[in-house]
Amino acid sequence: MAEFRLPKNSRLTKGRHFASASGSSNVRRFAVYRYDPDSGENPRVDTYEVDIDNCGPMVLDALIKIKNEIDPTLTFRRSCREGICGSCAMNIDGGNTLACTRSIESVKGDVKIYPLPHLPVVKDLVGDLTNFYAQYASIKPWLQARTPPPPDQERLQSKDDQELINEPAACILCACCSTSCPSYWWNSDRYLGPAALLAAYRWLVDSRDEATGERLDELEDPFRLYRCHTIMNCTQTCPKNLNPAKAIAETKKMLAERKY
Amino acid sequence: MSDYEFIDHSYDVVVIGAGGAGLRATFGLAEAGFNTACVTKVFPTRSHTVAAQGGISAALGNMGEDDWRWHMYDTVKGSDWLGDQDAIEYMCKEAPDAVIELEHYGVPFSRTEDGKIYQRPFGGMTTRFGEGTAQRTCAAADRTGHAMLHTLYQQSLKHDAEFYIEYFAVDLIMEDGACRGVVAIDLATGRLHRFRSHQVILATGGYGRSYFSCTSAHTCTGDGSAMVLRAGLPVQDMEFVQFHPTGIYGAGCLITEGVRGEGGYLTNADGERFMERYAPNAKDLASRDVVSRSMTIEIREGRGVGADKDHIHLHLEHLGPEVIEERLPGIAESARIFAGVDVTREPIPVLPTVHYNMGGIPANFNGQVVTKKDGDPESVVPGLMAVGEAACVSVHGANRLGSNSLLDLVVFGRAAAHFCAAEMTPSARHKPLAADAGQNSVARIDKLRNADGSRSTSEIRLEMQKVMQGHAAVFRTGESLDEGVELLRQTFGSFEDVRVADRSLIWNTDLVETMELENLLLNAAATIESAANRLESRGAHAREDYPERDDENWMKHTLAWVDDQGKVDFDYRPVHQETLTDEVDYVEPKARVY
Repeated sequence: MAEFRLPKNSRLTKGRHFASASGSSNVRRFAVYRYDPDSGENPRVDTYEVDIDNCGPMVLDALIKIKNEIDPTLTFRRSCREGICGSCAMNIDGGNTLACTRSIESVKGDVKIYPLPHLPVVKDLVGDLTNFYAQYASIKPWLQARTPPPPDQERLQSKDDQELINEPAACILCACCSTSCPSYWWNSDRYLGPAALLAAYRWLVDSRDEATGERLDELEDPFRLYRCHTIMNCTQTCPKNLNPAKAIAETKKMLAERKY
Repeated sequence: MSDYEFIDHSYDVVVIGAGGAGLRATFGLAEAGFNTACVTKVFPTRSHTVAAQGGISAALGNMGEDDWRWHMYDTVKGSDWLGDQDAIEYMCKEAPDAVIELEHYGVPFSRTEDGKIYQRPFGGMTTRFGEGTAQRTCAAADRTGHAMLHTLYQQSLKHDAEFYIEYFAVDLIMEDGACRGVVAIDLATGRLHRFRSHQVILATGGYGRSYFSCTSAHTCTGDGSAMVLRAGLPVQDMEFVQFHPTGIYGAGCLITEGVRGEGGYLTNADGERFMERYAPNAKDLASRDVVSRSMTIEIREGRGVGADKDHIHLHLEHLGPEVIEERLPGIAESARIFAGVDVTREPIPVLPTVHYNMGGIPANFNGQVVTKKDGDPESVVPGLMAVGEAACVSVHGANRLGSNSLLDLVVFGRAAAHFCAAEMTPSARHKPLAADAGQNSVARIDKLRNADGSRSTSEIRLEMQKVMQGHAAVFRTGESLDEGVELLRQTFGSFEDVRVADRSLIWNTDLVETMELENLLLNAAATIESAANRLESRGAHAREDYPERDDENWMKHTLAWVDDQGKVDFDYRPVHQETLTDEVDYVEPKARVY
C-alpha cells in the first residue's frame, strides 16, 4: 500500500513564537521549519516577528537577523549572499530559490521557509545533498578528449559554439531544480534529476569534448534520463533563470537522432 | 570528554580549503600519486573564488601585442614596490601556461572572433611599461571565478581526489616548530578528526568579514591565518586591505572592474567623470587603491550622489544592451536585484568596499610558509605551506591589481603541488603523533561550546566590524588608528565573555560562527595594529599623517605575531629586490602615477 502521509516522526508540530520586541509597526512574520536531531522530537514550525525597518531586503537578511538577535540555534547554510555560491537554497513561500536573492517584499503574508523538499533533513534548513552531489559526479562532468590539445595554445572554439555552453555552464549546483521535480522526488535513487542532466548536456554540446557517444550511452536509460516527464518545475524555479528542461529535451532529441 | 574522541587519519598531504588555490593543489597532488585529503568547511563550488567576476590575467596577446614582462612591471607598480619581484616574475611568466592549462581543462572562456580566449582591459594593466592599455584579462563573461572553480572541482572529481566536505579546520598540530597535521570538526556529526600529514597546505582565503561592509562571503573569516597565529607563527603585511571601488551601495555586493574595462565610468554629483582629474592617463582604469581614494575624496568634499551625498555612480548604460548581455550579464542581474537598477538605463550606486587581503601567511613562491627565526627572514616552517589569498608570497605587495588574484590561485596552487611532487615521496612513513596532539583544540572547542557569558557572538562580531570600518578604512590617521587599536583590544578582551546558545554537536553553526569570530579577531588585531605601526603611505595603506611612500624606512614586510590575549609583536622581512632570472630587469622604485 502506498503511504500518502508523512511518517509519524516527520509530521510538523506547532513550534515556538518569538514576538517582536522592537515596538516597530513594520513587522513581518517568518514561519521557519525547525528540526533538532538531538531532541528526538518531531519537526516544528517556529514563528519569528522581525522588524523590517532594521533589516536588509532579502529573506537571507531576515534569517541572519533572527540568528543574530533572536535565536542563535537557527541553522542554515549561507555564504556569498549574492546568488552565485548556491549555499542558501531553500523553499520560500512554496518555491525553491536562494534566500539571498529572494526579497522579503515579494512574499505576501507570512514568509514560510522550509528546507529543500524531499531531502533528508540534517537540522533545521540544512538538507543532506550527498546523493545530489554523487549524481553530479556520476555524469563525469569534465572535459574528455582523445585528441591532445595544442601544447602552447588554447583549443579554438567559435563564438557560436561557446554560446551553446555559456548558459548551461552557469549552473551553481544549488539543487533548487532537482528538489522541485516530482519525478525526482519519487525516483531520486535512479533518476539523475535536472541539475545533473543540465551538467551532462553542458558537455554534450561542448565542441571541445569528444565523448559525446559515451555520454549519450550512459544517459540512455529509462530512469537516468527518461524519468523526465517535462513537468518543467526545474525551469520554473531556477534562481539563475537557466533552462534545464530544454537541455533535457535537447538531450532526448540527440538520442532520437542518433537512433534514426 | 567522550564527546571528543578523535577519529585519526594519515595522509601524505592535507589541503585546507577548496577554493581555486586549494583545488588546484589538491588535484595536482592526487595526479602526482600523493595520498591527499582536502578539508573544506563548504562544498567546493561554494568557496568564494566562485564570486570572482572579471577575469584572470595572462599575457597571451590574443587581443594585441603583450609580454609577461609588461605584466610584471604593472604588478610591481601596482604593488607600490612592496611585492617580491622574484615571485612576481614567476607568477607573470607562468601565467600564460596556467591559463592555457585551464582552457584545456574545459573552462568555458568567452571567445574572440577567431576562437581564442577573449581578453578585456583591467585596472593598472598596460603595454610597454605603462604606455598603452593592455587587454590581458581572460574572461568567461562576468563569472570567470565561477567558471574556473567549477572546472577545478571537475578536475578534482576526474582525479578522484578525496574530500572532507563541511569539515571545519580548527588548529594546526605543531611539534618542535614543524607542522604535523591538523584538527578538524565534522559539522554533520560534531566528531573531531585528527589528520596526520607530511605537509599541510593552507588555502583558506581572506578575512574580509572582519569589516562591516565587504564584498567577501560570510565564510571569509581568515581561518588559516588565525591557525598560524595560534601556532605562534607570524602573519605578514596585514595592514594592506584592498577596497574595491565598486561595491553596490548598501548591499556591498561586487560589481566587477570589468565594467570599467568594457568602457564603464564613474561620475560624481555634478555628473563629472572625476577620475580624469586624479589619473589623467588611466582614468577609470587606474589601480584600485587610487580609484577608491579618489571616490572617497569626492564624497568627502561634498560631491557624492544620492540624498546623503554618500556614494558614486557607475555608468554602463552607454555600452548598449548587446555588450551588456554578452559580456556583463551577471552584473545586470546583480544591479537589478541588489540596487533595483536597470543598467541599460541608469547608473549603479557604488561605494569602495573591502574586497581583498594583500597580507596573509608569509610564504615563498614554492608555497612554503616562512618565518623570521634567529635573524633568518627566509626560515621555512617544515610541513606547512600556504597558497591563494590566505598566503602573502608577496606578489600583490601593498595593492593587488584586478585579475591577478585568480592568477595567483592557479599559479601557486599548481606550484605547491609541483613542489611537493619534487621534494616528497608518496606514502612515506609517518612518525607517531604525540599522545596529547590536538588536545589544546579539544579544550578550546569544549570551552566555547559551553560558553555562557553575557555577550552574543553576533554582538562582538558587529562591534569588531564597526571598529575596523571606522578606524582602518581607505584613509587612515595615527589618531584614529590608535583609538581603533584601543577599541579593538576591548572587543578582543570581551570574547572571554562570549555566549554560545547552541549546545548540540550536529551542525552547530553557532559554535562555528564563534570559532570564526575568534579567527577574525586575531586577523583584525594584526591588521589595525600593523596599520598603526606603519608610518608611511603605500598602496592600499594611505596615512593622512604620513602621505608619502618612505622607501628608506618602510620598503619592508611587516611581520605580526598575535598572542591569545590579542597582544601584537612586530618584526620585519626585507622585500626581495631581485628578480628570479636575468630574463627581466629589476623594476626600480619610482613615483606611482596613473
